[in-house]
Amino acid sequence: MITFNDISKTYRVSRRESGLGNAVKSLFKREYTTIHAINHISFSIDDGEMVGYIGPNGAGKSTTIKILSGILTPDSGTCVVNGQVPWKDRKEYVRQIGVVFGQRSQLWWDIPVIDSFELIQAIYSIPAPKYRNNLDELTQLLNLEDILKTPTRQLSLGQRMRCEIAASLLHEPKLLFLDEPTIGLDAVSKIAVRDFIKKMNAEHQTTVILTTHDMQDIEAITNRVILIGKGQKLLDGTLDDLRLEAESVESGDEGSETDLDHIIASLYEKLNIM
Amino acid sequence: MKKYYCFFKLRFATGLQYRMASVTALTTQLIWGLMECLAYKAIAEASGDNLPMNYSSIVTYIWLKEAFLVLVNTWASDNDLFAMIANGNISYELCRPVSIYSMWFSRVFGARIAEALMRCIPVLLCAFLMPEPYKMTLPVNGVSFLLFLVTLFLALGITVTFIMLVFMLCFFTISPQGWRMVLTGAVDFLSGNIIPLPFFPKKYLFFVEISPFAYMQNVPFRIYSGDLAGGEIYQCILRQIFWLVTLMILGVVLWKQAEKRVVVQGG
Repeated sequence: MITFNDISKTYRVSRRESGLGNAVKSLFKREYTTIHAINHISFSIDDGEMVGYIGPNGAGKSTTIKILSGILTPDSGTCVVNGQVPWKDRKEYVRQIGVVFGQRSQLWWDIPVIDSFELIQAIYSIPAPKYRNNLDELTQLLNLEDILKTPTRQLSLGQRMRCEIAASLLHEPKLLFLDEPTIGLDAVSKIAVRDFIKKMNAEHQTTVILTTHDMQDIEAITNRVILIGKGQKLLDGTLDDLRLEAESVESGDEGSETDLDHIIASLYEKLNIM
Repeated sequence: MKKYYCFFKLRFATGLQYRMASVTALTTQLIWGLMECLAYKAIAEASGDNLPMNYSSIVTYIWLKEAFLVLVNTWASDNDLFAMIANGNISYELCRPVSIYSMWFSRVFGARIAEALMRCIPVLLCAFLMPEPYKMTLPVNGVSFLLFLVTLFLALGITVTFIMLVFMLCFFTISPQGWRMVLTGAVDFLSGNIIPLPFFPKKYLFFVEISPFAYMQNVPFRIYSGDLAGGEIYQCILRQIFWLVTLMILGVVLWKQAEKRVVVQGG
């Protein structure tokens, strides 16, 4: 059970105009702007739910995931996940979560994947039989048999991503946060990852929160969508709610667009969150 | 304990992955060490053997320095952790159910021992096979060899806690480059990595000896060759322990501050 209540997070960003003159000027006088990455966002998610978290670039999706993972401390608001506050008691809290950051890697670059897995086993102190069990299951489901012994640097992006996901699940987390897990994957890998997430949810009742720009991910995996833009929550409902909303704001345009990407794009435009 | 062993094993495996790198590193170290031996030979002859350390102690000091370079230097390793702070890959580290301080400490500690074990054996072997006067000597006696091992271990501890301090400072600036250049450069000189500390003018030596830097490589290498002996040794060990504890407390306190203000760069 996740309750995310009235959370805000701001960043201070230094900016300057282009050019050498301005670069020199900024040596003496910095201009900072405050960016409201997320602004008074609230939602709650039940155990076993699969939620898609969408919004345009810079909407605050990753910030939300990082607050949920206990990495960032919000400026204000409260958040309780299974009775714990993520950023307090971080060490205890993170035992029960698994996180995949699609743009980053947790595997050691130079050594075979299986060695990285063993390190993760040591860090989480996973008992050997449980580790073997989970590893076997993940190897089979994600089809890792042939790539476990390969050094990470020689894996393709899709192969690596499958290993990253396995690495985040070795300790059997109850909650799984996926930040763009299908970024850069080919069709086959995407389908494999989607099927896998659904299977995990069905078999272990894992709660999944997923951010993505791929609307097919959302369609295939989630039954609930939270839309945010410019740091604010704009919609919380099913994919059909989203379609209805898009139609209502389209108010008599052609209205014939059924492609999900177009629906979302027009929704972003109409809601003025780009 | 398992964590330490795992990082140790991992670094060992990484080291074995790059065989060519190990061979070239060995060559560099041998040539560098021999060059230093020759330079001090020239100094010794010019000054009529009137040096603050006797020549065979200097030679042994140089070879030990080359053999255990990766153990006690502050500039040549741990690039991946600095990169992690700068590019935001630290996200994953923060999702682990362990304290960053203890995890990184064991990582740096384990990695250094693994790398040093791989590197020291061939260097020492070659150093013992060098022709006289450039030949490395055996420790003066069994006790001093034991004390050498103990103080080397403590020196490694001080070095790692110092590096941890640099890591923690990097959380407060955007780029780690500045801290690294200033601090590791200073340590390199003040710990006796460039010239052994007995060569320092007495006035300056006083300041170095009240800093933690004099208790890194300076102590074990000089005990081995008998340059440091008697009651002085035990005083050095006490100071080593003092600095190890002090630097560790300082690092943990700094980490508690840093943890609250972590900003993950790059989305």
